Parts: sequence; structure tokens; C-alpha cells
Amino acid sequence: MTDTLSQYSVLALYSAMAIYAIAFVLFTLDLAKGASSDAPAGEATKVVVVPERRKLARVAMSLTVLGFVLQLAATLMRGFAASRVPWANMYEFAMTGTLIIVGVFLLVNLKWDMKFLGSFVTGLVLLLLGLAATRYYVEIVPLPPALQSYWLVIHVFVATLATGFFALGFALSLMQLLQTKRESAAAAQEKTRLGFLTRLPDSVQLENYAYRLIIIGFVLWTFTLIAGAIWAEKAWGRYWGWDTKEVWTFIIWTIYAGYIHARSTRGWRGTRSAWLAMVGFAAVMFNFTVVNIFFKGLHSYSGL
Amino acid sequence: MSRPSDHIDSKPVDVDAKIVNPNLGVVGWLRWFWRQLTSMRTALLLLLLLAIAAVPGSLVPQRSSDPNGVSQYFVDHKDTAPILDQFQMFDVYSSAWFSAIYLLLFISLIGCVLPRTKHHIEALQAQPPVTPANLVRLPAYAKISVSGKSAEEVLEAARAVLKSDRYRVARYDRAAGGKGKLKSEAAITVSAERGYMRETGNLIFHFALVGVLIAVGFGGGFGFAGQRAFYEGQAFTNSLIAFDSFNPGRFFDSSTLPPYTIQLDKFTVVYEEKNSNAIGQPVDFTADVTTQIKGEEPQKQTIKVNEPLRIAGTDVYLLGNGYAPTVTIRDPEGNVIFTDSVNFLPQDNNLTSLGVIKLPDGLAEQVGLIGFLYPTVSTGHSGASFSMYPDLIDPQLAFDVYSGDLGLDEGIPRSVYALDTEDMTKLAGRNSPLEAIELKPGESAELPDGLGTVTFDGVKRFVSLDIHRDPTQGWVLVFALSALGGLLISLFIPRRRMWVSVTENADGSVTAECAGLARGDDPTLEGAVIALKDKLERALGLTRD
Repeated sequence: MTDTLSQYSVLALYSAMAIYAIAFVLFTLDLAKGASSDAPAGEATKVVVVPERRKLARVAMSLTVLGFVLQLAATLMRGFAASRVPWANMYEFAMTGTLIIVGVFLLVNLKWDMKFLGSFVTGLVLLLLGLAATRYYVEIVPLPPALQSYWLVIHVFVATLATGFFALGFALSLMQLLQTKRESAAAAQEKTRLGFLTRLPDSVQLENYAYRLIIIGFVLWTFTLIAGAIWAEKAWGRYWGWDTKEVWTFIIWTIYAGYIHARSTRGWRGTRSAWLAMVGFAAVMFNFTVVNIFFKGLHSYSGL
Repeated sequence: MSRPSDHIDSKPVDVDAKIVNPNLGVVGWLRWFWRQLTSMRTALLLLLLLAIAAVPGSLVPQRSSDPNGVSQYFVDHKDTAPILDQFQMFDVYSSAWFSAIYLLLFISLIGCVLPRTKHHIEALQAQPPVTPANLVRLPAYAKISVSGKSAEEVLEAARAVLKSDRYRVARYDRAAGGKGKLKSEAAITVSAERGYMRETGNLIFHFALVGVLIAVGFGGGFGFAGQRAFYEGQAFTNSLIAFDSFNPGRFFDSSTLPPYTIQLDKFTVVYEEKNSNAIGQPVDFTADVTTQIKGEEPQKQTIKVNEPLRIAGTDVYLLGNGYAPTVTIRDPEGNVIFTDSVNFLPQDNNLTSLGVIKLPDGLAEQVGLIGFLYPTVSTGHSGASFSMYPDLIDPQLAFDVYSGDLGLDEGIPRSVYALDTEDMTKLAGRNSPLEAIELKPGESAELPDGLGTVTFDGVKRFVSLDIHRDPTQGWVLVFALSALGGLLISLFIPRRRMWVSVTENADGSVTAECAGLARGDDPTLEGAVIALKDKLERALGLTRD
């Protein structure tokens, strides 16, 4: 039973990856189309292009939803097969983490049109899932006593949720930097290869979006840190001990605290704070990959 | 808002004014320095510096969390380790440079937050500001025309709507005035402000962080942490001498150790037996103990990995476990000179365990035994024994035997887990005249040279417990949760000002203008102004619901 379920889980995950791959191509084509329509032409041509462009993005979006449903099924089956939450080792973190990234992306799209981030999201998710499935796949094993706690459910889930928001914040900040570059080039009447950004929101709007997502991520991260400390007190007898993972959680918190301050510091709002948001997410990814795999610490027993 | 001068909501400082006044004097310089320290830019820089300064502690082992790693590092990197040590790289989080950064950061924080608190208290008591003359220029604006109502009626309706939306309101009337472009009509206006909690939350967040820092600082001083390993049947009395190791805080008073005993009745380990990918993986550790606080009835309790025992203000954690074989040594006449269970330290996942028995008295010579316990013994191709499963299915105990000077008489503290064989002769075991002694439970064997006999009576399990007291950790949690609450309020409650200005037109109709201004990030401002306009229209009966 367990074996069959976990095999179906793997099958569903690979199907989801195939569908994300198609969505990635369509999202990217959609962005590229924006570029070709940016050629100095009259307003008339743009009006013609718009419906077709939307169609590509819409198809990609539907595929992403389909991929999400499949991945959700894969994750649930893994969880049921193991009779526990599906985030107790590197492979499962990657599976649940990317599921949440896609979930946050779909959720945010209900409120604001962010289809232009589709390439980034599906690309990142594919990369992480590919690595996890090929390098870090493990059979289902029971939880070691140290992980048998309801805090595993809360602490790790909220951390992954925060990662989802930070990921979108990163993508928006990157877009913001490129958009700023394009805008200043446009103001100076120079040519750039960033024409595909014309249809995206302007840099200030992108920054506002990024900020709103990152502050949600920051609150969730603060909660992760506190919940982790409470759990550490129960499991290891101290709430804070500068274990490598604790150190990096702290570093990430500090960087994003810096980001929020930077955004209200004259001379730092805009490009500089966008860089901080990107450094912050780089640290999140570092914490998730390099620290988990190569650094020695109490968290490393969570299994690869 | 009494923010630092480089806050994005503050007015830019007039740079020219500074340049014409270079002669600051001592007080002037101090003021200048204080202003620099409490500026946003400095706070930001210190935050980022703190993030960077925390990195080395994750690259190099730390004495606080991984003392063995540090010792190993000194062995592996003979040249660089002492240099790194000079820079306190093995104690990053208590180092002078790391402390300097966070202390400066907190001084900067306090210096920034105190004047803001004063300002905020004043703002909480103040009226909303006077309505600007030209509302059209504000970021969010809407306008309606009303006929059949007086200006006073419209204004009263607006005031009621704002009040019900929990705005603080004030009325300002304006006479016609100005000339040309600045000319303005006579108007009656209401000025409203809400979201004072945003700043309150922000201040709570920052004060709570100071609280966390102070509580953490004090907690280390008054608490203690001790470790003790003991086997099934053995009891532990909570007093200084009973600990294997003990780390008191700076202000800790050992007479405050609460008097109680913990006896380990039984330690149970459950191993995975069904899942073929995880055979032998421990899935549960349970320590059944009997605790007794002095003067009270004994109590049966359990300690598990994620379920510490809270007793008499201390917390008891199950951190490690292993086997403690029971061994009896007799002299050649058959007199028992040693009988006890000895804690053996686990060496691998299948719990091959290593332990030492020292016999300074009672035999013809001082004797030392190095024992290997294989819980489920098996023999490899080379003929060497190993353990193939962690549970006690077919245990075997093997001894290397040494005689000579145990080195116990020199007054130097020796580890009970290690035998110094420098001044000893190996009598049995690999590279010695005799094979190692191998015993199954219940078996006995002769010691070499007719020294006596050794009996393997059986195996118990031992646990190692961590006993802690951190009197301030509850406070740390309270402050941390306050910080989280403050953060939520400060990030998600919008603070904004709203104005409704009512003017009478020549034809007897009335125009009401609504406008809003956000203070801080507020994505909902425009929606709020439109909502205000809609509610006002509804209140005036201009639209049907």
C-alpha cells in the first residue's frame, strides 16, 4: 500500500513537472511577444497584438493550475503513504516548498495580474524539483523521535510559506531593476534589449508589489523564528543556540528587516532596496540548499 | 513624525544651512554624532553589518554549540586556528566585534524610538490637522454634487460617516480668501485621521526587541545547565556533585538548586521493524522515571525527546542514551571487588559501544579494561566483530585487558570514558599475547596472569539528561510574541488622513470634495476615498442601496 501510493506520488510529480515545463515555454514566449510588439510602431499594432498575447499567458496559467493540482496530489499521496506531513527530508521539502511557491503565485494572481512572473516561477520550481527528484529522492522512512512533534507541522510549513512570498518578492524586485534600467534608457532615448518589459507595470508599481509580498513573508519568517525557538527549547533544551540553521534564519531575518528599513530610508528606496530583497532571497535559497546539505548542525539530521 | 531626518517621510534637511555653520563645538559635535547614530542610514548599515557578522559563525565551529568541532578544527588546521581564535572566530556570538555591532544597533534603535514615542503620545492627544486648501492635489480625490441639502447637513453626514469608520475627526471652517490662482471659496470642512495603531505597533515592535535582548542577557546570568548520565535503577539527586558536568550562569547561586530526585525505572527504545528502508531505525525513546520533590510523594512520569519533564522550576531533557553492561570482577579467591553497570558510549548507528572499567584496588596489580559491547554481534570477513542491529538480540561483550599504573593517584582529573594506557601493559586484545576476552550474558572468564575473573551479568540502558533552568525564557517568549504582534499592526494597519470639504455653489447646490493622504505604505488609500464618497452619497440618499 505504502509503496504503491509513493509510486503514484512520483508519477504525479513527474507529470506536474512536464506540465510546468510547457507552461514555462508558453510564459516565456508570452514575454518575448511583448518585446517584439515594443518595436517603435503605432498604437494600432499594439491593439492587435494584445488579445493573442493574453491567450498565450492564459493557456500557460491554466497549465500552471493543472500542474499545481497534480503536484498537490503527488504531495498528498506522499504524505498519506508516510502517514505524516510530507516535509521531513530534503526531497519532501522541495516538493512541498515548490508547491507552496506555485500556490502563492496562483493566489496572488487572483488579486493582481502577475502572469509576467510565470516564467520565473515555473522555471524556479522546475529547477528545484528536478534537483530534488534526481539527487535527493529518498524512500519513505519513519520520523526520528526528534522530529516527532506538532511543531514540525507548524514551524516548517510557515517557513515554506514565507519562502513562497520571498520568491515572488525576488522576482518582482528583479523585474523592478530591469524596468528601472529600461525606463532610464527610454528617457535618454537609448535602445535596450529590455523591450519585453514595456507591458509590465512601471518600476514604482513593481516595487510596491514586491514590498507588499515581502512584508507578508517577513511576518511569516518572524513567526518561523519564534516557533523554531519554542520547538528547540522542547527538543534540545535551549531556545537558541546559534546552530548553523538558526544562524541563517537569523541572517535572513536581518536582511529583510534591512530591506524594510531601506525602503523608508531616503536614497535607499528603489534600486538599492530591490538589491536587498534579492540578496535576502539568495540567502533563503542558500539556507535551503547549501546549509542543509553541506553545513554541520543539529538540523542536518532531518535527512537528505 | 519625528522620524530620523533621512526617513522617507521626513522633510529633506537643508544642506546649505549646514555648510555655512562649520563651527559646531563639543555639544554640537555630540549632537551631530547622535544624529548620525540614530539616522535611518546608520540603523540600516548596522543591520546589514550584523547579518554579515553572523556568517562566520556558521562556517567555523563554535565553542558554544560544537566544542568538539572546535578541538577537531585546531587539530586539522594547526596554522590558521590560533589566528582565527585571536579574532574570536570560535566565539563569534559573544565576541567583542559582534557585541559591538548589536549594542550600537540597539543604542541607535533606542535613540530613534524614544523621541518617536514622545511625539506619538503627543499626536494621540492632538486634533487632526487643518484641512489643506486644495484637495484636488492630494493622491486620492473624489467629488460629489448635492442639491436639496444644506452645506451643514452634508458636512454633518460626512462627519458621521468618518466617525463610524473609526476616524478621529475635527471641524475646520475656512473663509473665502486668496487672489488669482490661490483664490479659494469659503468652505466648511472636516479633517479626519485614523490608524494611530500603526505607529503604536511599530513602537511596540522595537521596544519588544529591546526586551528580548535584555531578557536573553539576564537569562544566561541566572540560569544553569547540567548534564548527567545514569542507568536503569539508578537515581539522580539534584545537587552540584551529582552532575557529570555543570555550567552555571554568572549570577547563579548553587544553593537555589531545587531538591529532588529522579530515578530511571525503565528506558524503552522502539525500533522500526516493518519498513524495509528503515529497519533498525529508532522511532521512539521513552524514559519512565520516578520523581520525588523533597517532602512530597513520589510520582511516576515519562520523559521523551520532544516532551521534557518540567519539575520544580527546572526542565529535564532526554538528550542521549546507550547501553550500560553490568560487570562483576572477582579476585582469585572469589571475593567480589567490583560489581556495577558501566555506561558505554555508542560509536555507530548499530550501537557498538565503548566503555572503560578501572580497578585501582583489590587485585595484585592496577587493572584497566577497555570494553566493546556489540548489541547484536556478527563477525566480518576479517574476523573482527561488529554490531549488525542496535537492539539487544545477541549481545556480546569483549575486553582488552591492561595492567600497570592507571594514573589515578596523581590528582589529575581523568575521564571515566577513557583509559590512559601510556604506563600500562596490554595483557589481552589485539597485538598482545592473548586474545581479547569475549563474553555472552551470564558467562565468566579468567583474567590473564591469574589476576581474577570477570563476569558479564547483563545489560541495562542508560540515559543522559540535560537539566536546565532559564528563569527568563518565558520573558523572552513574551517579548518575541509582542514583537510579532507589533509587527503585524505596524505593517498592515493603514494610517491615513481624510478630508471632506463642503462648499456652497451660486445655484444653491452643494459640492463635497473627499480626499485622502497615506502616511506610510497604504495600497488601500484610493479605495478608501471612493468608499467614503459612496457612503456619503448613501447617507445623503443620493444613491439607492
